[in-house]
Amino acid sequence: MKLLEMNHVKKSFDGNVVLKNISLSVEEGEVVSIIGPSGSGKSTLLRCATLLETMDDGDLYYLNEAAAVSEGGRSVYASGSKLKTIERQFGLVFQNFNLFPHYSVLKNITDAPIHVQKREKKEVIEEARVLLEKMGLSDRADYYPCQLSGGQQQRVSIARALAMNPKILFFDEPTSALDPELTGEILKVITDLAKEKMTMVIVTHEMNFAKEVSDRMIFMDKGVIVEETTPEELFASTNQRTREFLGKYHILNG
Amino acid sequence: MNLQVMMQQLAGGMLTTVQIFVLTLLFSLPLGLCISFGRMSGNIVLRGFAKLYISIMRGTPLMLQLLVVYFGPYYIFGIGITSAYRAYAVVIAFAINYAAYFAEIYRGGIESMPKGQYEAAKVLGYTKTQTFFKIIFPQVIKRILPSVTNEVITLVKDTSLAFSIAYAEMFTTAKAIAASQKSMVPFIAAAIFYYVFNFIVAALMEFWEKKMSYYS
Repeated sequence: MKLLEMNHVKKSFDGNVVLKNISLSVEEGEVVSIIGPSGSGKSTLLRCATLLETMDDGDLYYLNEAAAVSEGGRSVYASGSKLKTIERQFGLVFQNFNLFPHYSVLKNITDAPIHVQKREKKEVIEEARVLLEKMGLSDRADYYPCQLSGGQQQRVSIARALAMNPKILFFDEPTSALDPELTGEILKVITDLAKEKMTMVIVTHEMNFAKEVSDRMIFMDKGVIVEETTPEELFASTNQRTREFLGKYHILNG
Repeated sequence: MNLQVMMQQLAGGMLTTVQIFVLTLLFSLPLGLCISFGRMSGNIVLRGFAKLYISIMRGTPLMLQLLVVYFGPYYIFGIGITSAYRAYAVVIAFAINYAAYFAEIYRGGIESMPKGQYEAAKVLGYTKTQTFFKIIFPQVIKRILPSVTNEVITLVKDTSLAFSIAYAEMFTTAKAIAASQKSMVPFIAAAIFYYVFNFIVAALMEFWEKKMSYYS
């Protein structure tokens, strides 16, 4: 089943074209990573998918429900209340975590399920504790974000996203603000989620990780998808631009 | 007049001063928030109005504003000024003046909030109202507390401006007693009162600041 479908997405900022006719669809249980140089539009694509940016043109569907459809060369978005329901289908993990600093770890995770989804408080807290255990943070429930390392904060933010029971989870460079040691913890968490068949779209610069975890990889450059294929094929690509980009990576990694 | 009678009269004035102080904060803090919304609004008319309001309130003396609020109804509309209106005029003038200062403090705090907080809240499905009151505003309070303390302390001293329309708060009373008794004692008592009042206010605000320092 198709969880996400984006067709012919176009987006520019002040005349600067960032996305040129991009289409992307994600099946249930699939892990898709998006790689590419800085400024290639991969984060913008993710932000369009998560409704943080509005597309200039193109369609956006979640589980065949239209969040936006292209009409006469521009995207027409659904009503606010419809978008609110659609927003429930996905979660997003940010590069800078964006935890709520005035809430404890537990409240960061439970507040939205309780006050947005209006679920039973007791049940939500129990679920949150299970998630924290999964993230290896059982003893940190009553801490505040500022008392945690970057890696721990990012794990809390993953738990916060998972607590909403999203059908699909987006990661926007989840390890870019972390040092290599902390990066490992996050990649392990994401790998575990992949094993549980969580549907994920990951924008990342961690090539090895992307290769390991993804069912499909997308290489973006200058606002277009250069290649979209399995990790094996992408890394063996004959496309010159792909080779150039991955070549730099190969050199860096010996 | 012995010292005890003097102190009793001053005590009545102190109570009035505290009343002005509390009522002014009670009205100016929420009003300031509304004005800051206007000031940040996308609506050009609303924004322009808020800007003009702040500009006038900050650009003219509080004492003059107080006189306008007090005498305005009579001079402009010919409405008779009752003695009860004196108290209202003081609170109205102070509240609308302080609201302008608070509005700018709120704006500074709100605009300093990182965009990521709004985005995280949006992705989690919070409504705009929830986002503001649950996520943004509590953090704004922490950020603006030192500036608010400054204003609040100034307000304690500004209450003495009620003297200009002869409203019998602490300062007016002290001045009257000093003149009739040819004594410095009421002034000294008034000075001590303002100092202690501000000392308490500063201590309370510091306590509050400390209480909010559990996160950074």
